[in-house]
Amino acid sequence: MTWKGSISDTGDFVTWGEDPKRLADMIRKTVANAKEALEGVADGMTLMLGGFGLCGIPENAIAELVRLGVTDLTCISNNAGVDDFGLGLLLQKKQIRKMISSYVGENDEFERQMLSGELEVELTPQGTLAEKCRAAQAGIPAFYTPAGYGTEVAQGKETREFNGKMYVMEEAYKADFAFVKAWKGDEAGNLVFKGTARNFNPCMCGAAKITVAEVEELVPAGSLDPNQIHIPGIFVRRIFKGMRYEKRIEQRTVRQR
Amino acid sequence: MLDKNGIARRIAREVRDGYYVNLGIGIPTLVANFVRDDIQVEFQSENGVLGMGPFPYEGEEDPDLINAGKQTITTLPGASFFDSATSFAMIRGQHVDLTILGAMEVAENGDIANWKIPGKMVKGMGGAMDLVASAENIIVAMMHTNKAGESKLLNKCSLPLTGVACVRKIVTNMAVLEVSPDGFLLRERAPGVTVEDIKKATEGRLVVPSDVPEMQF
Repeated sequence: MTWKGSISDTGDFVTWGEDPKRLADMIRKTVANAKEALEGVADGMTLMLGGFGLCGIPENAIAELVRLGVTDLTCISNNAGVDDFGLGLLLQKKQIRKMISSYVGENDEFERQMLSGELEVELTPQGTLAEKCRAAQAGIPAFYTPAGYGTEVAQGKETREFNGKMYVMEEAYKADFAFVKAWKGDEAGNLVFKGTARNFNPCMCGAAKITVAEVEELVPAGSLDPNQIHIPGIFVRRIFKGMRYEKRIEQRTVRQR
Repeated sequence: MLDKNGIARRIAREVRDGYYVNLGIGIPTLVANFVRDDIQVEFQSENGVLGMGPFPYEGEEDPDLINAGKQTITTLPGASFFDSATSFAMIRGQHVDLTILGAMEVAENGDIANWKIPGKMVKGMGGAMDLVASAENIIVAMMHTNKAGESKLLNKCSLPLTGVACVRKIVTNMAVLEVSPDGFLLRERAPGVTVEDIKKATEGRLVVPSDVPEMQF
């Protein structure tokens, strides 16, 4: 992209040229709600969705996808939610044509649709799934991994030996939107995650054409310590404060006092 | 014959001071309960935590803090969180010292199958394919036979593979076995189990040394 903007004497960012809207969009990332954040999502698109199980999933974006009723979606997400929460909500409405996941064990409706052939499923080793996102984020078209060599996952893929060990070539994902969930974010798009709700979210930032981050707490730029930022704002195009997080627990396990 | 806790207790003896250990779902998760107190071990969970602690006390569960089995957990001093790509950098980059996981079938050459029964059960491989393809030190924890009484230690796996020639050691309710060039090398018997019992329950080639001691705990 050629440079089409400059900082004026008064410190404002001034744009010109044929695509001022995009630059303006890059600078002003904050949107009011999920509805604005999902502008442009259409039938047939490929979406990345962060989260592990129900931990750290973009609850607001998923609810908006259900409301929009977009169909024929390809969803890249480690899991497929449970029957009545997370991506399970989209499965119930038959909005998903193809799922790309590593583990789908917690969702009966998913298993039913997969075994009956209604839903196309691409099961991918978890580390490969993460790296295919990270590669897209980092501009790396493909990489070699030992995961899946000699199994049906490697069928039809290029394999190659390095230092006496066999590897499978895996390609970076190409997605239209990435929906991620962070704990805190600022108006510059910088993100901070909490606990194991981090999981796939950072890997998906900047890995699609448009990355939408929803956060529990949205603060003005300058409020977060730059030393503590997990994902720099450059990887995030739109950010909004999410509402009413349910944060459902899948397996509540406790010990006695 | 051991129960699931017995298998976990025997495997805990394989955990050494200073190890980083990844525990799979099921019997492997129980191993953490039997690791000696006087050694320093850090448990990794592939969803993005190192330094996993016990389950939380009731009322202290945090939905943002789970293990790869989606169970609520706690962390110990020195713990860290990271993203999934970093987590598998630890695994693929062989920074994790020991991987313990379950299996549906193991073959005498070390092949393992644990993610799919075609047409019946398809849960997915999760992180298992990355783990078995990369780890130097893999122990399989499983029952010696399936619910129908058929051996899970085979000449060749019948189910779709998770990894090829990767398993080194197997601990079952009946025995401790190592994968050797000549087949399953019988190392130890579970209390009350004879070599004859193990021979009957093992379909794959079994190498029986002159002395097969009973397991110590």
